[in-house]
Amino acid sequence: MSSLLKLEKLSFSYGDLRVLWDVDLEVHPGEIVTVVGSNGAGKSTTLRNISRLVKPEAGTLTFDGHDLTRLESHQVVGLGVIQVPEGRRIFPEMTVLENLRMGSYVKATRADRERNVARAFSLFPRLEERQKQLGGTMSGGEQQMLAIARGLMGNPRLLLLDEPSLGLSPLFVKNIFDIIKEINRQGVTILLVEQNVFQSLRIAHRAYVLETGRVVLTGAGEQLLKDDHIKKAYLGM
Amino acid sequence: MIIFVQSLLSGILVGGVYALIGIGLTIIFGVMRVINFAHGDLLMLGMYLTYFFFASMGIDPFLSIVLTAPVMFVLGAFLQKVFINRVLNALPQNQILLTIGLGLVMSNTVMLLFTSDYRILTTSYSSSALHVAGISISTPLLLSFAITVAITAFLYWFLLKTDTGQAIRATAQDRDAAQLMGIDVKRMSVLATGMGTALAATAGALISPTYYIFPQVGSSFTLKAFVVVVLGGMGSIVGATLGGVVVGATESLAAVYISSGLKELVVFVLFLLVLLFRPAGLLGKSRM
Repeated sequence: MSSLLKLEKLSFSYGDLRVLWDVDLEVHPGEIVTVVGSNGAGKSTTLRNISRLVKPEAGTLTFDGHDLTRLESHQVVGLGVIQVPEGRRIFPEMTVLENLRMGSYVKATRADRERNVARAFSLFPRLEERQKQLGGTMSGGEQQMLAIARGLMGNPRLLLLDEPSLGLSPLFVKNIFDIIKEINRQGVTILLVEQNVFQSLRIAHRAYVLETGRVVLTGAGEQLLKDDHIKKAYLGM
Repeated sequence: MIIFVQSLLSGILVGGVYALIGIGLTIIFGVMRVINFAHGDLLMLGMYLTYFFFASMGIDPFLSIVLTAPVMFVLGAFLQKVFINRVLNALPQNQILLTIGLGLVMSNTVMLLFTSDYRILTTSYSSSALHVAGISISTPLLLSFAITVAITAFLYWFLLKTDTGQAIRATAQDRDAAQLMGIDVKRMSVLATGMGTALAATAGALISPTYYIFPQVGSSFTLKAFVVVVLGGMGSIVGATLGGVVVGATESLAAVYISSGLKELVVFVLFLLVLLFRPAGLLGKSRM
């Protein structure tokens, strides 16, 4: 199967500090792929490289035949590679509805705006109740729903999710992972970055384990759940 | 009582133009986090352009806005692309030096071209006034206020209802998140600087029938724009609108009840008081 997204020997530094070392990663169409690891392992940095918010030191980034290193952030979004960033990053002075509209800023997606808003509201009924509320005044869980819904507004071909469960109540965490699974079932390919190793391995088809900027382990989600190193280092078993 | 209403009213009318100056500054600051210390000089360029159109072609100063604003939009876009874009990630003091420098180049270029003589633009209605219920309202002030209201209303509509306007606000609220929506933030910066510049120049055109026109006129307006914006809350457009009207009304009332020589002092005292008790400005928001 040909890959939708392919990272080869991706290296990145913040100043003198090397954060990523020759990271190889592939996402095939229809998959949920997860990148797990502890804080500071380089997970978010990997996503920031894909979205071109930062420029890699070396290596290639290819999406569906396009060399991403030649593109600007907004052009990457235009290809359908959409990131739901860590910490939600909701536009605080915009209403829920305005935030959703921004999600379909790319011209090609504006025609589907009404339909996508309806889909967002059916996936997250809470957002429909709060559509006139300012984004900055919502709770963390509601903001996370809005961030994911906003990402879906852009007709993603690949959805990059950065720590969607961070800071949510335990009850809501399970909820978010069910929603991610549902979004994938509706045909969206997902690259999920998480510190919640158990939940993300549970829903992922394949997984990469990142430690201090290097891929140390890769395999099927279910299979990694049984791995001794994973159990000891991340699952506390 | 009549005197109070009279001075309050003319203060509000002048305040409308201050609001326009402040809104321009706040849009530029909001999108790029750069304080444009050349803002008054851009206004000065607007005045001279208006004067030029009037003196050489006889075009009415209010009418010539349709020429002045687009020309200055292009100049602003150019300044952003060539100069300001390079210091977006630089230290604030370097950004300040750049914009102050740009302002100096502008005022000295104008001095070279037009000399430092004071110029007056006199229209047929420059000194005419409307009399209603014992209150007289200067015609050019009233006209300029009407144009200000129309432009401000259009601007609010643009920023709140159109995709491009919302993209500008999104960029001001969270630059990274805006990029993740597919917004070309560099283009938004160019657009914002162009708009801010056009607004400053429009304000210049609007006051040209009532103010002296000279190359250094900008500096006092830079200061005023800064007060207006900080008073209302940096980056808030509603705040800048409110700030403009408050400054205009305060100046006018101070001139009547204290002394016209001290009106600026009163404004600055008010400014310091607001900063003391509401450091984030009257509306206390830092985003558009």
